[in-house]
Amino acid sequence: MSALSLPETSARRRRTDKVMRATLLVATLVALIPLLLIIYYLLKEGLGSINANFFTQDPTGSYFGSVGGVRSAILGSLEMVLVATVISVPIGIGVALYLTEYGKDSRFADVVRYFVDVMTGVPSIVFGLFIFITLVLAHVGGNFTAWKASVALALLMLPIIIRSAEVVLLLVPSSLREAALALGAPRWRVISKVVLPTALPGLITGSLLAIARAMGETAPLLFTVAGATGLTFSLSQQMNALPLQIYNDILSPRAAVISQAWAAGLTLVALVLILNLIARAFSRRSRLA
Amino acid sequence: MIGPETSSKGQSQVSTAGGRSEQAEAAPDLSVLGERQGRGHSIDVKDLNAYYGQQHAVKALTMTFVANEVTAIIGPSGSGKSTVVRCINRMHEEIPGARADGSVTLDEIDVYDPGVDLTAVRRMIGMVFQKPNPFPTMSIFDNVAAGLRLTGTKSDNLRERVHRALRAVGLWGEVKNRLNEPGIGLSGGQQQRLCIARTVAVEPEVILMDEPCSALDPIATLKVEELIDELKARYTIIIVTHNMQQAARVANTTAFMLDGELIEHRATNDVFTNPTDERTERYVTGKFG
Repeated sequence: MSALSLPETSARRRRTDKVMRATLLVATLVALIPLLLIIYYLLKEGLGSINANFFTQDPTGSYFGSVGGVRSAILGSLEMVLVATVISVPIGIGVALYLTEYGKDSRFADVVRYFVDVMTGVPSIVFGLFIFITLVLAHVGGNFTAWKASVALALLMLPIIIRSAEVVLLLVPSSLREAALALGAPRWRVISKVVLPTALPGLITGSLLAIARAMGETAPLLFTVAGATGLTFSLSQQMNALPLQIYNDILSPRAAVISQAWAAGLTLVALVLILNLIARAFSRRSRLA
Repeated sequence: MIGPETSSKGQSQVSTAGGRSEQAEAAPDLSVLGERQGRGHSIDVKDLNAYYGQQHAVKALTMTFVANEVTAIIGPSGSGKSTVVRCINRMHEEIPGARADGSVTLDEIDVYDPGVDLTAVRRMIGMVFQKPNPFPTMSIFDNVAAGLRLTGTKSDNLRERVHRALRAVGLWGEVKNRLNEPGIGLSGGQQQRLCIARTVAVEPEVILMDEPCSALDPIATLKVEELIDELKARYTIIIVTHNMQQAARVANTTAFMLDGELIEHRATNDVFTNPTDERTERYVTGKFG
């Protein structure tokens, strides 16, 4: 009658365990370093240029005197992205609804899904080039205009919105659709009164992440709106935007202008951060999974 | 296959094994549903075949569901019980690749007539599902009102109809002070009664129940069974159940299905105590299934 005994963990296994843990920790730290450095430099170089003028004046673009602020860039970015959102969110959610509620596993729906996936991977500069060729070079309603930038941004946002909305709509339990259909509800009411409200927080989250992505894009703007310094709200004119302002400022030989580019970068990151925080708040309100 | 032999003379005594005593105050109050006594309608199924793709789930089923009676359908998993009830309110065809042929008539109305409005069929034939499925975005009140709102039913006395439906399922006392709280905050048994209230509020003619108690604890099950017994005064009820004791407790007649075929459909007592088919006997005595 011997006492029950378990073999001890071998020294080799303990050593392997330690090495693997350390390796994974180092990998995590290495990935964190550039992220922290980016934030550190943005704050270090940018905070100094942020003052009242920064938000209330437009960039002067001159080599002498005051550099002004970035008001036109902030408002221009917001306006162009807002218009892009108004275009892309209804269409994107509409496509996602088609895929989940009607197309389902049909061949056509699969083809659409495939193209949406491909679109997600298309570099943003290609959307800019596409609009440049079809709308700018063709002089459709002027040369470089803000609305063309909005269209390019909307094209960029569309696949992101479709993909995220489809995932969220698929999370709506089919038992809820069945419950509504079994009550005698027509399909459009099932969608508008049950499916969409249930998925709403997730749809908002996905749209906000697409907006955040569009906010920082530079390439689609370069060939479509070109940029400006003065403030305008007219969609049929050239307009300033934060990424464009940064792009132009860092090419300047003036230290004050470069410092302004840092501050504009900090502003952009802050805007995206705020959007992400709002998106997280909505996704936490979600009643789905 | 043994032909069904249903007739109103075959009404067996419903053995109320559960007994109802302490539930006096929570007891469902059906008088509020108005004078519907004896107004139920019968359902005739003739030569019903149902398929999922290549799979033949229900084979040439012919049976009658008598008005104002509870008919139980029992049988092992995969025997086609749920498919039969889903064919009656045409929910079967919502599943991709599913189809059915044969005839289902509600009194004189052919449910599968191409000219019949699908949503009207489902309003007349209500359904309660296996898992309670209240709408997660809606309050208790809105869940019950959903049937009316989703079908576009204009009702001057919506509030009153919701209250009546909640009384009818014996839920009024438990929820009257929190009608605006979310429906998913209720316990499983309460949620299922809420779903029955939602079905009752539309005032259907027939209520289909697809294993309504399989997700409930014994006490909640007892409440739902009592409710079924009360509801049959107003409605024709068809209940699919895995639980033979439940069939014995609530059903006037019981049908036994096996591999998509109807084996036997007779007064509940006869099915359990004196089955004519050997397979029925083996099933109800627990020898297989």
